Amino acid sequence: MLRTVGRYSLSIVHELGDFALFTGRSFRSALGARRLGRRIVRAGFEQGVRCLPVILIVGMFTGLVLGLQGYYVLNRFGSEGLLGTLVSLSLIRELGPVLAALMLVGQAGSALAAELGIQRNTEQIAALETMGVSTHAYLVTPRLLAALVVYPMQTALFVTVGLWGGSLSGSLLLGLEPGVYWSSVERAISAPDVRECFIKAATFGLLTISLCAYHGFNAHRCSSATGARAVSASTTRAVVQSSIIVLAADYIITSFLV
Amino acid sequence: MVAETNQPLLLRIEGLFKRFQDNVVLDGASLNVPRGSLVSVLGRSGAGKSVLLKCLANVVQPDAGSIHFDGKPLTVGDAAALADFRRRCSFLFQSNALFDSLTALENVALPLEQTTDLPDKEIRERSLEALRQLELEAHQDRYPSQLSGGMQKRLALARAIVTRPELVLFDEPTAGLDPLRRNAVFAMIAKYQRQFGFTALVVTHDLTEALIASDRVALLDKGRMCFEGSPAEFTASTATVVGDFRDSADALGRTLAAMRRGEALQTEDS
Repeated sequence: MLRTVGRYSLSIVHELGDFALFTGRSFRSALGARRLGRRIVRAGFEQGVRCLPVILIVGMFTGLVLGLQGYYVLNRFGSEGLLGTLVSLSLIRELGPVLAALMLVGQAGSALAAELGIQRNTEQIAALETMGVSTHAYLVTPRLLAALVVYPMQTALFVTVGLWGGSLSGSLLLGLEPGVYWSSVERAISAPDVRECFIKAATFGLLTISLCAYHGFNAHRCSSATGARAVSASTTRAVVQSSIIVLAADYIITSFLV
Repeated sequence: MVAETNQPLLLRIEGLFKRFQDNVVLDGASLNVPRGSLVSVLGRSGAGKSVLLKCLANVVQPDAGSIHFDGKPLTVGDAAALADFRRRCSFLFQSNALFDSLTALENVALPLEQTTDLPDKEIRERSLEALRQLELEAHQDRYPSQLSGGMQKRLALARAIVTRPELVLFDEPTAGLDPLRRNAVFAMIAKYQRQFGFTALVVTHDLTEALIASDRVALLDKGRMCFEGSPAEFTASTATVVGDFRDSADALGRTLAAMRRGEALQTEDS
């Protein structure tokens, strides 16, 4: 029993160390990378433009639900005028960065893990190695650097659309004065909240894209399956672990910044 | 057994050893590859041919032994020597390993884009030139999945030669192909090897094609190089292991000949 626990703990420590080295190597590879700008733009397009619909839809519905729930709760205390405060702080501090990151994990992260897993399976990554191409610089670094910019942008968009969603359900459907809603939004949002939002978004971007790339890149090391199943298993692991790490990192960052 | 040649060597492999857990795949394999020649390494499936090639390409690290390229040893950890070797050597995978999300032109341009500082215009010109030489220029905008098996093989070769390598490693280039296509692929390798002047090291289990196209052949059996010499010497060899391999290939050849006769009859009928 003790031996099993020890072995399991060691394998977790080993994997964490391996993941840290992988991420470090990916950043270090940026120094000697050729034509990195184009790859970053392409990665930005994949993470940004392709994920835009899901960010807009989920952001809008999150705002609509927050507006609806918040209005009825605040109405009990006669404080409907604070709806803008509730919606904006919920979105900026927590829901915006977390939900946007989870959506990006579901779309861009899973696609990245599967793509790298297939490239590993079909020897495309081995081909890059034999050509003398830095696989980290070519495959991972652009995605990581793009994520540091795209995640905060997508989060800002998510929050903006969410605020409009809250306004729609609060003002248009439930009769709250739009001026009251937007003035409470303006009063509630402060610079530290915005900073916290962007710090969280960038951190989630770095962690999730790196984790998805790590699992896809190492799909051949999957011990439980081979071939297409290894790609499937590594993609699943990438999405599950990324989702967990978003929530765990959210708690840690919040506890330091609040 | 390593046969000496009078020609200057481009590649010298000595006592290569590789095991995967309890399975010894290479057990002291040695080989000399003269510059400008086409050398085929023969062997049955599982003899360690592909692992030998992957050790050369540094995709797999050998446990022991040495590899000398152009007189200089390739040592693990010597980044400069490895980079120089990779710049001067190309690898053609059994599966072609083409980038399926890139067009034919982008596939060929990739090694130049990522390993050289050439301007975009020159990269495009050189890539198009490589496609033209392999008769693929008309398909430059197609993706690998839109090309036939033979075209994919040629595209992989175009990608391999675009960097103007001195050595090209071919991993089972005819695996999974029918007899007629096997002949065509070997003929293609021999033609372009002479046209571009690179040194070719081909691992294969196709005896007939290898004997016709190669300057030298070697036989790998149970991780060791059992024979190394010219195709004529291979044919005349009385060594048991060579004889066994020839006999098994002859039996296959008779079957294939019968198949070819059958195809010819069908063609005449139609």
